[in-house]
Amino acid sequence: MMRSRRRFLIFFAAAGALLVAFIAWPLLRTLLASPPAVLWRTWQEGEVRAAILLTFGASAAATGLALLFGIPLAYVLARADFPGKTLVEAVVDIPVVVPHSAAGIALLMVFGRQAFLGKAFALAGIRFVSAVPGIVIAMLFVSLAFLVNAARDGFRAVDVRLEAVARTLGASPWETFWQVTFPLAWRSVLSGVIMMWARGLSEFGAVVILAYHPMVAPVLIFERFESYGLAYARPVASLVILISLGVFLILRWVGRDAKR
Amino acid sequence: MQSVDGESLRLEGLTVAAGGFRIANLNLEVAAGEYFVLLGPTGAGKTVLLETVAGLHRPLGGRVWLGGEDITAAPPEARRIGFVYQRQALFPHMTVAENVAFGLALRQQPRWKRALPGPGRRARRRASRRPEVAAMLALLRIAHLADRFPAHLSGGERQRVALARALVLRPRLLLLDEPLSALDPQHREALRAELRRLHAELGATVVHVTHDFEEAVALGERVAVLHRGRFEQVGTPEAIFRRPASRFVAEFVGMRNIFAAEAEPGNGRTARLRARGLIAAAVTARRGAVHFAVRPEDIVLARHPLDSSLRNVFQGQVAAVEQRGALAYVTVAVPAPEGEPLPFVAAVTAPSLENLRLRPGETVWLGFKASAVHVF
Repeated sequence: MMRSRRRFLIFFAAAGALLVAFIAWPLLRTLLASPPAVLWRTWQEGEVRAAILLTFGASAAATGLALLFGIPLAYVLARADFPGKTLVEAVVDIPVVVPHSAAGIALLMVFGRQAFLGKAFALAGIRFVSAVPGIVIAMLFVSLAFLVNAARDGFRAVDVRLEAVARTLGASPWETFWQVTFPLAWRSVLSGVIMMWARGLSEFGAVVILAYHPMVAPVLIFERFESYGLAYARPVASLVILISLGVFLILRWVGRDAKR
Repeated sequence: MQSVDGESLRLEGLTVAAGGFRIANLNLEVAAGEYFVLLGPTGAGKTVLLETVAGLHRPLGGRVWLGGEDITAAPPEARRIGFVYQRQALFPHMTVAENVAFGLALRQQPRWKRALPGPGRRARRRASRRPEVAAMLALLRIAHLADRFPAHLSGGERQRVALARALVLRPRLLLLDEPLSALDPQHREALRAELRRLHAELGATVVHVTHDFEEAVALGERVAVLHRGRFEQVGTPEAIFRRPASRFVAEFVGMRNIFAAEAEPGNGRTARLRARGLIAAAVTARRGAVHFAVRPEDIVLARHPLDSSLRNVFQGQVAAVEQRGALAYVTVAVPAPEGEPLPFVAAVTAPSLENLRLRPGETVWLGFKASAVHVF
């Protein structure tokens, strides 16, 4: 019996290994295709560096916005029961399944130069089309579900009775949230932050519709590939993969370390 | 130790609907310093009632009075009512001492600081070293656990921490929601004694919710039986088991043979229970004033003296026979040296009732094992 189970596991592991190789191989190929000297030269190109920094910064800004508005939303979804809750949860998830270029068009309908919100923000000097705020809202739109859902699950895992007891011990709802609920759920929130930020970095479709310029890294890679071909696009791709991997590992490690 | 000085509680026409439970038009008065037990089966709405008193649910109607003050509209944090849940209600990210200091730390800080995680934590650390915390940990005999985290505590230790955390704030009222139900029998017995001692020493007003009648008898000065959101009966434990007000109460209370007794040391692990001079053997470590009970189905009846392997054998007269379905309940009056005879109820099957030809007035022998005697 143990023998047959072992064989069964080996069979499944072999199938799974193919999939892991399918992910790892192309990434490794791209990384190894560019020697360190080439990567260093690429990094020193002003255009490339600007694109990478813009990508990281815009995604961080989108994540910050999502924290500000998404944490309250996540808490409400975790704790309150109200008619239409399923609908709200579905709305949060929709951007994940909509083709991202379509999401970009949808945002343009509201934040475009002729649209109402676009005009309103323009009065305050904020433009979305072909500008950094456009990149930020494009990233926000397509990736906020990762943060909201992770935070919601984190809050849901905190026993309501802990909050109830905190109240009887003299804590207001606000104090209860910051001293009991959030400290117990922050790991889920952090994992949501990491996933959202990483998802925002990689966004191409929605960003390219709202703001081809200034160029984020995915758009730069696309442009170099279209205009000059693979050899010219590859070093940028390698560099972006390398940096993303590095940051991703660091954030995962930070989350892991705090667990102890 | 400072006393707690509990206040009186009065519920006036309280109506609540929450979590699928409905309580309608409930009236109740609990005196200051009283130990009051709310008894009821699972699903009777006991937890919802306690949570409403604590301010965690808003009642649809009626009022809640605490020490003459109408607190119906007050938020939980303004009520100074302590709450202990059945389990899992310690803050897992704080040590035992920090759990106990939670409320004290809140009281000492300016509002804006209390609403942030960082300063809150530092204030808790500071407050956890205060003498009140140490005194409360000592009172609950958990001083040695001060720096442990809840994950490393036993069920009984956790409940002691939860009690300390509530009591250190000197609550006007202490609400206990099945505080002993998640414990194994040994710890349950110990913590029950602890609750009795704390109540006597501190003078707190306690409302204790349970589904266990033994617990109600052991702790409650008065007991209310809650069923489907309303009180079936309110009274002393004695009154409830002697004169159940409804069929539900009688069946819920279940144990028919409950007697007050004095427990004295016996041979080995047994004790001698003296009830009106009649002596029964039981397996228990309890001494002093106790109650004991024997289930009707654990009592054997015979027309002739019973074989001697049973530790408890008495002779008596059949007082009543009540047939219910396949079982008959036979009440046997056993003469006691001091006072009225003790009425034991035994359950027998219909065929053995035939065989024994039991009729009122007949002399019978009844017997039960020492291990069948529940002492509480």
